[in-house]
Amino acid sequence: MAMQAAEIERLIKEAFPDAEVTITDLAGDNDHYAAMIASSAFKGKTRVQQHQMVYDALKGRMGGVLHALSLQTTVKA
Amino acid sequence: MSVRDQITKEIAENDVVLYMKGTPVFPQCGFSSVAVQILSSLGVKFKAVDVLKDPDVRQGIKDFSNWPTIPQLYVKGEFVGGSDILREMYESDELAPFLAEKGIACQPAA
Repeated sequence: MAMQAAEIERLIKEAFPDAEVTITDLAGDNDHYAAMIASSAFKGKTRVQQHQMVYDALKGRMGGVLHALSLQTTVKA
Repeated sequence: MSVRDQITKEIAENDVVLYMKGTPVFPQCGFSSVAVQILSSLGVKFKAVDVLKDPDVRQGIKDFSNWPTIPQLYVKGEFVGGSDILREMYESDELAPFLAEKGIACQPAA
């Protein structure tokens, strides 16, 4: 099971049009990524809520097709 | 007892509960291992639940918190986060004060 980085970025930008997204392939196996996402949509949200918003953007792939996505979310001014 | 009731009971009866893959001594996943190391380094007593032992709990916990991955940390019945959030809170020195505020004793390693 795997997912392309570009696909992850596309889904995130679809949900957060203003997002700055940086995706790092941690293991070269299309299955372990780290993503840094800055978006104004995160404003006023807790970390848990911010990450849940990203998981929702990935439309159920997280924990399924995509095994590991280490998330770092920040609020974009 | 439904899985939801079981989880509700577990997180109500234990101050700190870590739903993980494997056990603290033998974590079966890197992310679970990170969570265990963080809690251990703060000297926090916690109840570990090995979700690999029960597929219903493994899925049930994800539904319970609307969080798709394991590990999951609960403090005083509240979902705190997975390993990313735990590590972020730890590295920014927010975790110990958060736990203290919840009345959880920490004995960081000397």
